[in-house]
Amino acid sequence: MERRVVITGVGIYSCLGKNLDEVKQSLWDGKSGIIFDEVRKSMGFRSALTGHVDLPNLKGVLSRNQRVYMPEQAQYAYMATAEALKNAKLDQDYLDAHEVGLLYGNDSSAEPVVKSVDTMREKGDTTLIGSGGIFQSMNSAVTMNLSCIFKLKGINLTVSGACASGSHAIGLGSLLIKWGLQDMVVCGGAQEINPYSVCSFDGISAFSTRESEPAKASRPFDRDRDGLVPSGGGATVIIESLESAIKRGAPILAEVIGYGFSSNGDHISVPNVDGPRRSLEMAIREAGIRKEEIGYVNAHATSTHVGDQNEAKAIASVFDDYKPEVTSTKSQTGHEMWMAGASEVIYSMLMMKNDFIAANINFENPDEDSAKLNIPGQRVSKHFDTFLSNSFGFGGTNSTLIVRDFKG
Amino acid sequence: MTKAEITSKVNALLAEEFEVEESVITPDANIKKTLELDSLSLVDLVALIDNEFGIKTNGAEISKVGTFGELYDFIESKIA
Repeated sequence: MERRVVITGVGIYSCLGKNLDEVKQSLWDGKSGIIFDEVRKSMGFRSALTGHVDLPNLKGVLSRNQRVYMPEQAQYAYMATAEALKNAKLDQDYLDAHEVGLLYGNDSSAEPVVKSVDTMREKGDTTLIGSGGIFQSMNSAVTMNLSCIFKLKGINLTVSGACASGSHAIGLGSLLIKWGLQDMVVCGGAQEINPYSVCSFDGISAFSTRESEPAKASRPFDRDRDGLVPSGGGATVIIESLESAIKRGAPILAEVIGYGFSSNGDHISVPNVDGPRRSLEMAIREAGIRKEEIGYVNAHATSTHVGDQNEAKAIASVFDDYKPEVTSTKSQTGHEMWMAGASEVIYSMLMMKNDFIAANINFENPDEDSAKLNIPGQRVSKHFDTFLSNSFGFGGTNSTLIVRDFKG
Repeated sequence: MTKAEITSKVNALLAEEFEVEESVITPDANIKKTLELDSLSLVDLVALIDNEFGIKTNGAEISKVGTFGELYDFIESKIA
């Protein structure tokens, strides 16, 4: 028998805030987390815009021998996971006694690679790279660190699915629980923010150059959008079987009722309409609900021309004459890439729990396709109990999650 | 650099890098136990000695140095 999958803890460390309360307020206020980074300009970036969050100070929190293997994004992920575990009422004794899994989205760890190679070239001696280089450099840097720090004993795996990584992590985790292979999985997504990680992305002219107005640069679905703004941080979503949550008296926040996925089988960077449409349809089919039950759609829309246009077409095609509010929280956060699929579930949950839909800020004029959607440019007061969250990535990987408020 | 200067500099550097109280670093104390070094963090000790004193060494050589007193002697001999 398939088991129900519930969310019992979430944690966030993003450019909108360093915890759930701060992020909720930023969503409510329509605050932008985007800055102009002088360092990037001096390095030769076409666009110096980026999301920004301070590195957490983990000295005194984790030992030196724990911190030395953690790249930037693992530190963000640690902060988000610590918050999520606390909210889920999970302590180390529980983690020690159960096979808790870990599936986290991450698809790069550029800075440690660059620094290691720089040291090798400068010193001519690989030993001088130090012990942290190899562990920090790997795509699995986040899961290898979190699993050791929290002593997790279940599945231990990084999901690298480009900008859908975090979403796929939650989706795949939900399947493991649904099928009875795990009772609990710590899921999430992390994204490094340093310039090295996105210089080549900047190089293909994907980023907005609206440098004079950082807060207005990320404008998904708006007619005058001119590209995305890179961002990052960490987001953790703890999922478990309903039985497990009830047994330990956990706070049940919501339920993952649908996971859809697809591949475009098309261009490496240019998304199409058919792939995302199939992902949405699969998620709705798997959830076993009517599309009219979905009260809010958190779009992938990153503020690129073709991406937003084709997602708008896909959403319009799936929802037809039913028009739920559609927004992209990337208007506030920029594109959190590997992290986005997880963080956007959390942003949507914060809205669902507090009866509002954050404004799709900077949405001033629709284009031909976004005009067919119901995109609020201002915050909306609305009670909804089910949302759909899209995440799409390079190579045409698509993931869609449907989450419902827990009703028992 | 005098032996006293080496001692003072080494103690301060190690205390900061490996996050121990400087007071636990004494000439007779065992380096690996005091600094909680494993095979990985030993590599960081090699890098630290190179960066701060310009001394080329390696894990095999440094692992033979047992106490902090022996480390001061080792650095003094390499500088000389």
